[in-house]
Amino acid sequence: MDSIFGVPTQALFGQLLIGLINGSFYALLSLGLAVIFGLLNIINFAHGAQYMLGAFCAYFLLNKTGIGYWWALLIAPLAVGLFGMLIERTMLKQLYKLDHLYGLLLTFGLALVIQGLFRNEFGSSGLPYPIPEALTGGHNLEFMVLPNYRAWVVVASLAVCLGTWFVIEKTKLGSYLRAGTENPNLLRAFGVNVPRMITLTYGFGVGLAAFAGVMAAPIYQVNPLMGADLIIVVFAVVVIGGMGSILGSVLTGFGLGVIEGLTKVFYPEASNTVIFIVMAIVLIIKPAGLFGTQK
Amino acid sequence: MTDARERLAGVPAQAADLRHHRTAFAVVAVFFLAAPLVLYPVFLMKVMCFALFAAAFNLLIGYVGLLSFGHAMFLATGGYVSAHVAKIWGLPPELAILAGTAAAAVLGIVAGMIAIRRQGIYFAMITLALSQMMFFFYLQTPFTHGEDGIQAVPRGMLFGLIDLSNVWAMYFFVFAVSAAGLLLIYRIVHSPFGQVLQAIRENEQRAISLGYKTDRYKLLAFVLSASLAGLAGATKVLVFQLASLVDAHWSMSGEVVLMTLLGGLGTVFGPVAGAFVLLGMENYLAQLGAWVTVVQGAIFVVCVLTFRRGVIGELGHWLKKPL
Repeated sequence: MDSIFGVPTQALFGQLLIGLINGSFYALLSLGLAVIFGLLNIINFAHGAQYMLGAFCAYFLLNKTGIGYWWALLIAPLAVGLFGMLIERTMLKQLYKLDHLYGLLLTFGLALVIQGLFRNEFGSSGLPYPIPEALTGGHNLEFMVLPNYRAWVVVASLAVCLGTWFVIEKTKLGSYLRAGTENPNLLRAFGVNVPRMITLTYGFGVGLAAFAGVMAAPIYQVNPLMGADLIIVVFAVVVIGGMGSILGSVLTGFGLGVIEGLTKVFYPEASNTVIFIVMAIVLIIKPAGLFGTQK
Repeated sequence: MTDARERLAGVPAQAADLRHHRTAFAVVAVFFLAAPLVLYPVFLMKVMCFALFAAAFNLLIGYVGLLSFGHAMFLATGGYVSAHVAKIWGLPPELAILAGTAAAAVLGIVAGMIAIRRQGIYFAMITLALSQMMFFFYLQTPFTHGEDGIQAVPRGMLFGLIDLSNVWAMYFFVFAVSAAGLLLIYRIVHSPFGQVLQAIRENEQRAISLGYKTDRYKLLAFVLSASLAGLAGATKVLVFQLASLVDAHWSMSGEVVLMTLLGGLGTVFGPVAGAFVLLGMENYLAQLGAWVTVVQGAIFVVCVLTFRRGVIGELGHWLKKPL
């Protein structure tokens, strides 16, 4: 069996793998958006720029200080997350009492500033970032060659997503978070420092974006605009999944990555648009999204 | 809440409103009639087209409370269709513009039916996603010529009489179209229909309980806004004789949001002022090159944090008269 529906198996599995990789990033990014949205009620338009910052952070660590991929995976999310917390403290905090759309506009402006500054400095062609030594090469599975790094991306992203789900749904800290989403005033009355929790949550969501950025660096190269178009696709993923459930957004992310990969095999002209078409169909059938609840 | 009630029954207040709005309209008209003596006419035509575009956008955000982050798709659709009709089909400019506007209206019906199924932040994300889909469509479909765009669009003879290749004929034509568009938007906002829209913005549940089918009102407002944005795009294409992907890109959607925010959300003249200031900045600070994006982003941040009323909103606040 070397072809399915007239498509060579090699190509089919190759695209499926690319779909899974893209899906890993959709899942990580939409998870971060959902976590932030849950507590802050804003859509973080700067998410794509923060993802790019994560990749650049890894690039600087490697080229300025010689710190490699594994440490970057830890340091970049912390650094970018801290930067996010600074933004939350100084700017976003002032907008909580206003219409939530202002948060969207502010973060859109921040994204323009960050991406513009980096594009002025580094142009819009990509900078190379090497695959860490431990993960070079690949395994030959009978039907295709599986590059180790790509397998790692899928596994690591799944692990982080499930870890986040576990913390939010099954731990005491997570119960505070969920309580904060439901009724922040009541939670404050119980003596929880809600403003600090909000800051940390924003930092965590931004850190997730930066983590995705570091993982993306060896695959897509480091590019100032790497997050600009991606964030729009992730918005569509968020609309399709609905932001009500963590597992839902993870599942939607991977699922749509695979659908996109399959479209590349069977009808490549639509591969850029298929996610938006799925979004339109879902909105017509189930306006709240696949896993969402409409308020 | 009292505010909402006053808006619902706000008809008597309009007589007073109209008087100073009339003066303001006259000031704006005189400005654009006299300005070409000092400023470059093509620049002013661009400003007028974008003022109409921003005013169409403002109809949604300012009076229905819906933030569309995908209005570029209507600008581009109006532009591409009228360019194709004028260049390939060889029809006169008035029909080309009409075709572009109609195409934007049709797209508005489809996009609107999908987007108004969610509110608030979701509405913004959905319109952005739909607009990105249209961007890829225009990138791939043959009639738009991809990255090249439709070039050398003929301006043609208006009504078979007026040669629009004359810059003054074109100038006054654009002036007439934009003025008519702005007056129409003003009329819509101050009609009973517009009052219902504002009631929906203030409290949708209450509007529903009063028996209004709010989805129909929102859809109609969306289609009107889309058509007027298409009209702006079609007119702009005749001015520059070029329809390109720039109009379809998400940064164009961001730009119209910024113009309206800078001028003042929900003000009659804010979009005009916003378009003038922002395009002037881009035009005269062209040596900044790639810094324009950074400056735009910074203006966004400053406006949201400290200047939410916008230029005209502040002016109106200071004069104690809504402008």
